[in-house]
Amino acid sequence: MDPTIDQIIFLIVSILTLGAGFVVVTNRNLLYSALAMMASFLGVAAIYVLLDAGFLAAAQLLVYIGAISILVIFAIMMTRRLMQSTETSFNAQWGMGIFTALVVFGLFVAVIGNFWPLAPAAGQPLASGTAVPDGMLQDSIAALGRAFVSVDAFVIPFELASVMLLAAMVGAILVAWPKAEDEV
Amino acid sequence: MTPDIPRSWVLALAPEISLVILLLAVFLFDRLVKPTERRRVGLLTAWGAFAILLLTVGIWLVGGEPSTQTGLADSLMWGGMIRSDGVSLVFKLMFLVALAASSLISLDVERLQRGEFFALLIAATLGFSLMAASADLIMLYVALETASISSYILAGFATEDRKSAEAGMKYFVYGAFATSVMLYGMSLIYGITTQTNLYLVGSMVMNASSIPAEANAVLLLAAVMIVAGFGFKISAVPFHFWTPDIYEGAPTPFVGFVSTASKAAGFAVFLRVFSAGIFGAPDSSSMWWAMLVAMAIITMTLGNFVAIFQKNIKRMLAYSSIAQAGYAMIGLVTMSPDGSGATMFYLLMYLFTNIALFGVVMLVGKETNSVEMDSFNGLSRRSPHLALVMLFALLSLSGIPPTAGFFGKFFIFKAAVDAGLWWLALVGILNAFVALYYYLNVVKCMYLYRSDEEDKPIPVSRAVKVGLAVLIFFVLYLGVFAGPAFEWTREAAGAFFALAG
Repeated sequence: MDPTIDQIIFLIVSILTLGAGFVVVTNRNLLYSALAMMASFLGVAAIYVLLDAGFLAAAQLLVYIGAISILVIFAIMMTRRLMQSTETSFNAQWGMGIFTALVVFGLFVAVIGNFWPLAPAAGQPLASGTAVPDGMLQDSIAALGRAFVSVDAFVIPFELASVMLLAAMVGAILVAWPKAEDEV
Repeated sequence: MTPDIPRSWVLALAPEISLVILLLAVFLFDRLVKPTERRRVGLLTAWGAFAILLLTVGIWLVGGEPSTQTGLADSLMWGGMIRSDGVSLVFKLMFLVALAASSLISLDVERLQRGEFFALLIAATLGFSLMAASADLIMLYVALETASISSYILAGFATEDRKSAEAGMKYFVYGAFATSVMLYGMSLIYGITTQTNLYLVGSMVMNASSIPAEANAVLLLAAVMIVAGFGFKISAVPFHFWTPDIYEGAPTPFVGFVSTASKAAGFAVFLRVFSAGIFGAPDSSSMWWAMLVAMAIITMTLGNFVAIFQKNIKRMLAYSSIAQAGYAMIGLVTMSPDGSGATMFYLLMYLFTNIALFGVVMLVGKETNSVEMDSFNGLSRRSPHLALVMLFALLSLSGIPPTAGFFGKFFIFKAAVDAGLWWLALVGILNAFVALYYYLNVVKCMYLYRSDEEDKPIPVSRAVKVGLAVLIFFVLYLGVFAGPAFEWTREAAGAFFALAG
């Protein structure tokens, strides 16, 4: 069976994502880890594009690569001497950690693969009986926008998110504000 | 274009809308008060919470109580995001009481006399009350995050205190992890059903033809992951590791708040999600049911046995609160209106009891700069009234009449026996005897031991006096006239199981 172009792209993107993720946890230099994390995020965004989830891909680019990675790099640069961190990226529990991660991964693959088959029978599309309806994929950004503000949909969680962000902002200022004795 | 919003939808949200207004008012007021009168911010919060409490009761009395007779379709509002029923009313009142009492208790603590502290308390209350009302996974998640983020900051509020900063950080890291696991579980549910509304999901799952049989394993996996998030909120074993450190490090008035309101909100979503049947029919045939029973037993036992060895009273109360979550879970696993009502009554009495308890701990800790057990030595001679409050609160926690705790445990064990789970009730009763030891240990310190400072009474401001008196009044009142309150919570809990409506 010849792989289709989609499958080849998917393979390349997955290898990029997972390989970068591996570098994140094994590299001794935190800055390189952060840069590898950006590459990994980029791979995830590409997978979203392959899944026809354009909005999600854009959000991934803006939020994860644009904001979170920059923040992480800022934090590293401000708190450590750059390029000098030589601490090992493993601690005494790495064996247990790998074991737990593999067991949980195996469990997920077994359980979820049972419901959404990883290798569907020939001629059967890679989807279960309860896929997202086609109508939802058309014009999804406008539908998302309407759902956020209509009273029959998600207006209450949407509004509540603003209170949550207010609380988070207050907290951020509170934590970062100089303590009273530091003031001049 | 004016959207056509039914009046009942707005009325159902009136308490939450008022909370947002109060939150903004606190921020404004904080800028206006003189530096010498900082405690007025706390007073405003307490009065505001009290006013919203009256408003909520008023809407309830005028508008007719949301009862089990109201069909599911009528009680679901705002696109099925929230459900206005007896359950959300009971919990809403609990959270407002907790907010009012906690702000009364914290307004004399100098380092907490800031608008931000009270504003975040209000934001957390808002999150809790929407958690209890939510009928949709998305609503549930956003409400839970609102409450959690506020709580993380409150736990680390005293930034100049290393222990408090550590508590905030630990709470944040642990909480973020638990929430992300829970979110993964929710996404599995959505993947199977393409629905997020609890009742739509529930009816799909319980109607065997709409879901393939292979989905059961995925549902179980989702149940385990969601229990991780909820178990963190109620501090059930094995998701309890944060509890002692946060209780020890965080500001004491906030500990009183988080140990009651946060736990109650956790149980509210626990009850609502599991009784909606989104993981399968809510009865003892499901596999997750056995998991919950095991969790209840381990939570009670571990909490009580570790509490015995604690020298620091805040750590002891932390393990005691883990054990109390175990008792409340007994009501949960009966999966009946009786049991759920008993759990709600238990949370109600726990709220009054524990906030009063932490109020006294705060006063003693502020005066002696220590929360070790021996700082309570001779409290009965030093401040007899405070010792009396503490005595009643401890008796209530250990379940001795004439306090509310007795009926709390009684209703729970009775519901368990009625449901045929007499062995679970037996484990609970045996655990209650173990707990008696360490609760009475504090009483022994207060009444039998002497200290050098017996002639120096602990100063108590009028606001705190009022707060403690009201709380202890309810502890005793519910200990004598528990019947009507239990009827109320039991009828409310019927809404969980009136799914056909």
